[in-house]
Amino acid sequence: MFLSSVSRRAGLALLGTLVLAQAHALDITGAGATFPYPIYAKWAEAYKTASGNGLNYQSIGSGGGIKQIKAKTVDFGATDKPLTKAELDKDQLLQWPMVVGGVVPVVNLQGIASGQIKLSGALLADIYLGKVKKWNDPAIAALNKGVALPNQDILVVSRSDGSGTTFIFTNYLSKVSSEWKDKVGNDTSVRWPAGINGKGNEGVASYVRQQSGAIGYVEYAYALQNKMTYVQLKNRDGQFVAPNDKSFGAAAANGNWKADAGFYEILTDEPGKASWPITGATFILMHKTQEHPDHAKVALDFFAWAYVHGGKAALALDYIPMPDNVVKLVESEWKRSLKDASGKPVR
Amino acid sequence: MRVSFRSPNNKSVMNPSPHSQATTGSQRRAARVGLSRLGDVLFENVTRLFATLVLGTLLAILASLVVTSLPSLKTFGLGFLWSDDWDPVRDQFGALVPIYGTLVSSLIAMLIALPISFGIAIFLTEMSPIWLKRPLGTAIELLAAIPSIIYGMWGLFVFTPTFSKYVQPMLIAVFGPLPGIGRLFQGPPMGIGMLTAGIILAIMVIPFISSVMRDVFELVPAVLKESAYGLGATTWEVVWKVVLPYTRTGVVGGIMLGLGRALGETMAVTFVIGNAQRLSTSLLAPGNSIASSLANEFAEAVGDLYTSSLIELGLILFLITTIVLAIAKLLLLRMGRLEGTKA
Repeated sequence: MFLSSVSRRAGLALLGTLVLAQAHALDITGAGATFPYPIYAKWAEAYKTASGNGLNYQSIGSGGGIKQIKAKTVDFGATDKPLTKAELDKDQLLQWPMVVGGVVPVVNLQGIASGQIKLSGALLADIYLGKVKKWNDPAIAALNKGVALPNQDILVVSRSDGSGTTFIFTNYLSKVSSEWKDKVGNDTSVRWPAGINGKGNEGVASYVRQQSGAIGYVEYAYALQNKMTYVQLKNRDGQFVAPNDKSFGAAAANGNWKADAGFYEILTDEPGKASWPITGATFILMHKTQEHPDHAKVALDFFAWAYVHGGKAALALDYIPMPDNVVKLVESEWKRSLKDASGKPVR
Repeated sequence: MRVSFRSPNNKSVMNPSPHSQATTGSQRRAARVGLSRLGDVLFENVTRLFATLVLGTLLAILASLVVTSLPSLKTFGLGFLWSDDWDPVRDQFGALVPIYGTLVSSLIAMLIALPISFGIAIFLTEMSPIWLKRPLGTAIELLAAIPSIIYGMWGLFVFTPTFSKYVQPMLIAVFGPLPGIGRLFQGPPMGIGMLTAGIILAIMVIPFISSVMRDVFELVPAVLKESAYGLGATTWEVVWKVVLPYTRTGVVGGIMLGLGRALGETMAVTFVIGNAQRLSTSLLAPGNSIASSLANEFAEAVGDLYTSSLIELGLILFLITTIVLAIAKLLLLRMGRLEGTKA
């Protein structure tokens, strides 16, 4: 911790001399979730051209991000698993959602195309519990009339490392299956009852691609870029939906965002006809009382800029921007709660 | 050692007043001797410092491992060692699955790597034509230089599909129905699992073991071997009765080097072992090793108990390695003593 703060300062000092020509340019640092890293990097690049202020984001994982912000070695932390109100109050942290993404079950079955297989949440939970073992199980066949399901073992693939993706996925399974909730539960890493585990999205993806009969879950962008076979899911309103910008956006719009609760909201199993059931936001953490208000100001400027100008870039990378009403809530919360040592709002 | 040989004594001969010069010369010499003695003392202490630095680092690592794993040690006690429950949601942790995986994958690796390395070393030192010695030896050393992640990727993308398609179905068909040993070969042929991890590890440690073996085999005095051949011994007898006894310490050292690498190997194992925290008797089923658990879970481990349980896993790996090394040393001591009584 000490070393990293020293090297960070040294790095900042170095960067400081490099950008001396640009008056008042400041580089802010953040660390945490890997899931939003591509979009944060993209935004940071665009923001640097727009304002001269840079962002150095280290995608070390949500757990690491939480540790780093608590230790105050970074200006902000980022996490896919939101902290509860009690956890936030303990360390005097402010939390808000930045961008929304979706988690998608993917399969590898001969002759089956994307969207051809339909599953319900309860069935997905039973598959991950190891109770439904064959692809031609009557429960799967009942939802997929007219699809030639092979008499093949289901190989369940999950994440071996702790991850926000797993948190969102198991949160969904816990909501739709009481057995999952009792036996396994909801966290960034859980005790998987069946199957094999790969490290990272790429680990899961490569196992699924390699093993015929496999099912796994990856971030939407990952499924898209690797042209993986995704399934349709039955949402809370009983509709089968395919994963895309619209179904993630529908879930985000139906979220129940409350500033008082630290915006603690997990967008799984949201109501709404078009809502994709395994959706989740990724969050930013900052200290309520800022020792370096100049840094905090730049950070907030960056987030505000991203809310306004970052939507297009987000959609291009298969993330969903936050709905406008949520952005307004977040910005008024900044004014209310994020202060410098003397109690003045930072922005 | 403390005499300065560079002192220009012959200069005094040319000096017109030899008496006074002699005293200043001896004074100068004394000064020089003092200086070089100071240098010696300094050198001795610096080298001692370096040596104790290693010991200090080792102790410091051990201490910090123990201290940071205290919460887990207190909560689970010794039961940590034989509980197979690894449940981050309920904060229940047990090390049996990774310990089992570490030991079994390393055991498979050694079972495969030992005879092959031995064969390579014997061929290179005793039988290979001269023109082949160098390229073969270099090739084996190059294998040792390949980063472990490359082995992991190769294992996942090349070895695993081939293995699951052609070899595993055969293993299941041949050994599966047998009583006893059949339990080791059950389940679907996924290509990923304990056996694959063991094989990849074997490929990784072969260059280490075989190059050490080759180096020590080459140290055997030609006179010994030639006398044995002269008495009519076959190559096998020379190797078994002359070369091997002569190089025993070095061979065991090479094996330990390989075993140490197999026990601690992380990336290559993570790719192919399946990373499942479940105990299974089948070698074809996914498992987990200590190093691979740490690599997978440490970054995102939230909460004191989870983190300290992972650190305790590290402590256990540290102890396993120490015990293995200690056993090797004891083995060597005993062999030496037996040798003594025989003589």
